[in-house]
Amino acid sequence: MARALIKVPATARRGEVIEIRTLIGHPMETGHRADSDGRKVPRDIIRRFACRYNGETVFSAELFPAIAANPYIAFFTTAVDSGTLAFSWEGDNGFAHAETVAITVT
Amino acid sequence: MTAPATPPSTPRRQLLAAGAGLVAWAVVRPVTAAPTELAAAIDAFAGGAPVRQGKVTLDVAALVDNGNNVPVTVSVESPMTPAEHVTAIALFNERNPDRDVARFQLTPRCGRASVSTGIRLATSQKLVAVARMSDGTFWSKTVDVVVVLAACIEGEG
Repeated sequence: MARALIKVPATARRGEVIEIRTLIGHPMETGHRADSDGRKVPRDIIRRFACRYNGETVFSAELFPAIAANPYIAFFTTAVDSGTLAFSWEGDNGFAHAETVAITVT
Repeated sequence: MTAPATPPSTPRRQLLAAGAGLVAWAVVRPVTAAPTELAAAIDAFAGGAPVRQGKVTLDVAALVDNGNNVPVTVSVESPMTPAEHVTAIALFNERNPDRDVARFQLTPRCGRASVSTGIRLATSQKLVAVARMSDGTFWSKTVDVVVVLAACIEGEG
């Protein structure tokens, strides 16, 4: 099971632009490398990332093999209401991971 | 109607010329292919619309020690209001096996058009960030990066 690290401020003022930083454990195998026997290692990457704020998608990404292992994605969002930020990662071989983080907006 | 004085020489000349052309093509292609592919990838993202320089900042070290994880930040000048915002940011490279690096979809809810990630670079090359605005215009920034230790691509080719 993948491990994800997410940094979101626990509290924010309404209208404040906050930075969200995410990191997930994943090898991001490019599909261009060969193993010790010379056989091509099949591609195994995370292809999609999305962040939903109280159900509304505020940011999403498509990733390609050029993204480094353990993909790090940082972006901004405007704090509008207290609630949850839901993060999802999807990729090859049925990879799927989801996390939620609560935020209090004052 | 031509009657060559030395019939065997004509096909020989053609063959030699064709061979020389083939060699020239084989030598030149790897050099020109990457920038052409890069331009084609950007053109495909922009849907043929003109891509202008400006508005985009691409923060990446000019000299990269380790190509396996290169921190990159793309920022775009935009008020990020529902009327005027960045809808997408795409990052392209010149000489990795694939031209695409990442594509980010932004919304006015982002508040600030800035995205950071870590990328792989197989060799010294150009990086291009392209932003698509809500008014349909495209803006870009190109940066040259020198890579000392390349990302693992052994077995490639």
